[in-house]
Amino acid sequence: MTRRVRQEMARSSADPTRQVSLTVNGEAVTREVSTRLLLSDFLRHELGLTGTHVGCEHGVCGCCTVTLDGAAMRSCLAFAVQVEGADIRTIEGVAGAGDVLHPVQQAFHECHALQCGFCTPGFIMSIVTYFEENKDPDLSDDGIRAALSGNLCRCTGYQNIVKAVRRAHELMKA
Amino acid sequence: MSTAMFGARVQRLADARLVRGEGSFIDDIPLEGALHVAFVRSPFARARILSIDCQAAREMESVAAVYTCDDLGSLDILMPLLIPHPSLDQPRTQRPLARGDVFHVGQPVAMVVALDRYTAEDAIRLIDVDYEPLEVELDLQAAVADGAPRVHEDVANNVAAHFVQSTGDPDGAFARADHITKIKVQVDRSTAAPLECRAVAARWDRVSGELTVWDGTQAPISVRGGLASILGLDEDKVRVTAPDVGGGFGQKVLLFYPDELLVPFAAMQLGRPVKYIEDRNENFIGSSQERTQIHELELAATKDGEVLGLRDSFLHDTGAFIPYGIAIAQVASTSIAGPYRVPNIWVEFKAVYTPTVTITPYRGCGRPQACFAIERAMDKLADELGLDRFEVRRRNLIRDEDFPYRRDGLMFADGLAVEYDSGQYGRALDMMAEHIDLDGFAAEQQEARAEGRYLGLGLGFYVEGTGLGPYEGSHIRIHPITGKVYVNTGLSCQGQGHETVFAQVAADQLGVDASDVIVVEGDTAAFDWGVATFASRAAVVSGNAIHKAAAKVREQVLEAASNMLEAAKEDLVLEGGKVFVNGVPDMAATLAEIATASNPLRYAFNEAAKTSTQFAPASRHDGPALGEGEAPGLEATDYYSPPHAAWAYGVHAAIIEVDPDLCSITFKRYICVHDCGRMINPTLVEGQIMGGIAQGVGGAHYERIEFDEEGNPRNANFMDFLMPYATEVPHAEILHIETPSPLNPLGVKGVGEAGCIPVGQVVASGVADALQPLGIGPLEHVPLTPDMIFTALGGEKEE
Repeated sequence: MTRRVRQEMARSSADPTRQVSLTVNGEAVTREVSTRLLLSDFLRHELGLTGTHVGCEHGVCGCCTVTLDGAAMRSCLAFAVQVEGADIRTIEGVAGAGDVLHPVQQAFHECHALQCGFCTPGFIMSIVTYFEENKDPDLSDDGIRAALSGNLCRCTGYQNIVKAVRRAHELMKA
Repeated sequence: MSTAMFGARVQRLADARLVRGEGSFIDDIPLEGALHVAFVRSPFARARILSIDCQAAREMESVAAVYTCDDLGSLDILMPLLIPHPSLDQPRTQRPLARGDVFHVGQPVAMVVALDRYTAEDAIRLIDVDYEPLEVELDLQAAVADGAPRVHEDVANNVAAHFVQSTGDPDGAFARADHITKIKVQVDRSTAAPLECRAVAARWDRVSGELTVWDGTQAPISVRGGLASILGLDEDKVRVTAPDVGGGFGQKVLLFYPDELLVPFAAMQLGRPVKYIEDRNENFIGSSQERTQIHELELAATKDGEVLGLRDSFLHDTGAFIPYGIAIAQVASTSIAGPYRVPNIWVEFKAVYTPTVTITPYRGCGRPQACFAIERAMDKLADELGLDRFEVRRRNLIRDEDFPYRRDGLMFADGLAVEYDSGQYGRALDMMAEHIDLDGFAAEQQEARAEGRYLGLGLGFYVEGTGLGPYEGSHIRIHPITGKVYVNTGLSCQGQGHETVFAQVAADQLGVDASDVIVVEGDTAAFDWGVATFASRAAVVSGNAIHKAAAKVREQVLEAASNMLEAAKEDLVLEGGKVFVNGVPDMAATLAEIATASNPLRYAFNEAAKTSTQFAPASRHDGPALGEGEAPGLEATDYYSPPHAAWAYGVHAAIIEVDPDLCSITFKRYICVHDCGRMINPTLVEGQIMGGIAQGVGGAHYERIEFDEEGNPRNANFMDFLMPYATEVPHAEILHIETPSPLNPLGVKGVGEAGCIPVGQVVASGVADALQPLGIGPLEHVPLTPDMIFTALGGEKEE
């Protein structure tokens, strides 16, 4: 088959750009980005942090959840240029030093709380934040389910995620 | 054989990277210099394309190419009819890009390839398509009427296929019946909604002539076969990889979606990697869906409630095209009598075109509809005869001694007669009755009513033909350096945990821990014989192929160890990654050593390899290092082809509270008794069931694809399409029965789809039971929305 790349094709998009500086998982980052680049795409494609997944791009599924200055947020609902100066944490920044999983990650594994794993980083970010914000969390079924109600999962039926939240709490206490 | 691993609750081997966000979903794979695709899609359900003007888009500097059907050359074809069937006399399939006409909202009309997705989307807005809209009919029953607007001009009454099957003497049964129960039920359209939308990327290596395709598909081997065939390449020059796939549920088994052909095509034309990542809206309007069926079913019964015969006539919505043939309707029609001993059956269906996105199997594949029809009918029969719902079922369930139970004349989706292989249906129903505590519930229901609360018991029994052929295979090799067991198979995994259960199966044969087994699938470069992941078949078909191949390797291990250890095979024990002489644990060889010694070497590249070189004492031979017919190493390939489907089954029940003012429902309990034969890993089986129940709950109460009268989907996003969150899905209590399947060496049946099948019935029957004191009307349509409950209570809609 003949190659048909147009000779005059641009090497970069014609979008206006702007410099953005922020902290991601403890590292200072400065990049020149398109002003319309979503934060989710910035994390994934500019920084290579592909653990933040994109499931709906309209803020419903929660797959792209990260923390911004400690609070959970949907990275598909912000532009990269909006988070100037922010402290962002993604799933890649959750595990401890060395090879140690965060208790929430460990609990997901032990409780079979993931199947395809696509929604999992978003759930883990939401739950990690939930524990950070609630020193005395409501661990009743209803309480946990309410805490999970910002994230969609199509595989597990949520039951083992509920179990994993309790297990994570145990692991964190230990 | 040791059974240490089979049946154990082994924790999943795939989790560590997934919980860290280190999965390799398609859009995670770095492809240097990749271009990105966006599609112009039809905004009309049915229209004629008068003109397409791509000039402005082509002039954009960041656009590499714009394609319409005129730019596709030999790819401007009707895509394949995957499963032909004699009854399918008006098959219509789609073109990669529309030519002349469009047949549903969302059909691709033009493709832009640009620097990034953002500019590709800018470019599609510059493409000017002039359409002449045509008349449409969205209602399935109206669509088959004479004179209805046609989806395809030359298909009268929009009927793609008409198929009639029967077993026994249905007319005779109806003639001698004491009682006939008639019911009309409907199940509406839903969608799989995997959280990762579909995705495909491709790279063409001009020098080697090799095409590499990353496709989030359930069928990498089949995609490769099709691509090679359509692109005119040798199969060995096409590698299709399905890395991590974020859920599939049937939607990702169709081949081809237009992008699956067009992305590799563009990569070849443009000499750059090309990537298409479907967005959520596109998944709703461009990727296949399933469910709408309208059944009119009659039961012929004795006055004691014994069902003598069944007649069912149904319409099946197949969308605008029918690439997957009649599979869904065929499964529904052959599952229609459920777990019941109905000797006389007549069932017909029409597969009907509607100007909507194509219908292909979604988890359940016709079974939820069939289950809803027969189970609603059994409840109605019980009501009409004044019998208890459990009792009417008990009187009709196939008895243990009836297995294997055949329905001659009903041909299942594998082209073979329906034959239920094994089960303990009566026991399952009894277990449910006991576990739910029927007397206790009756008292609770009375007390609640006295307080003005409405509790109901929902009940549904299902069967599922699983583990369909034609076959799958496996290649197993013990790695000489590490002693790790590599298992290659042809499926792809969308989260089911294949890597874990397949490892368990192989581990038992080869005396290793499951964590020492590395399962490789979803890559045609690793293994390229086989079909796909669908029809709850992976554990059955690949599982048994792996078992058979591992048994062969086990023999090789023992044979080689017998030579090395100078002991009789019968005295050897294969355990803990090594072979030792029974009672003499020091006389042992590790799998790595045995694998190394089984490969005659010239070069000693490590310590173990020395034993296998030509001048090592153990390698001395009088003749050639490999005798005639011998092969180096420890490896084997084998296949499993099932004689026919293995039939799993189960019964679900729920205690549901209904608020008659809000018409909302709350699950107080949800119980599942199921039997999928021997369980390889109960934890993963339960995971499949719980996930299935959640999807079932969606289809029973929340999820419906809504179209307006002109065929525009009205809720093609996650805001308006109500997928259940954790707050809507009940906690499921799961009870297992394990009746081995006699059809395969492992005795297993599939469980992938089971959970979702009876949930519509459970919800409808539970709501009916709860609101019975308020005189609720029939509930014969799911999803059973609050609106429908309101109407069934006699409420009138405010416009």
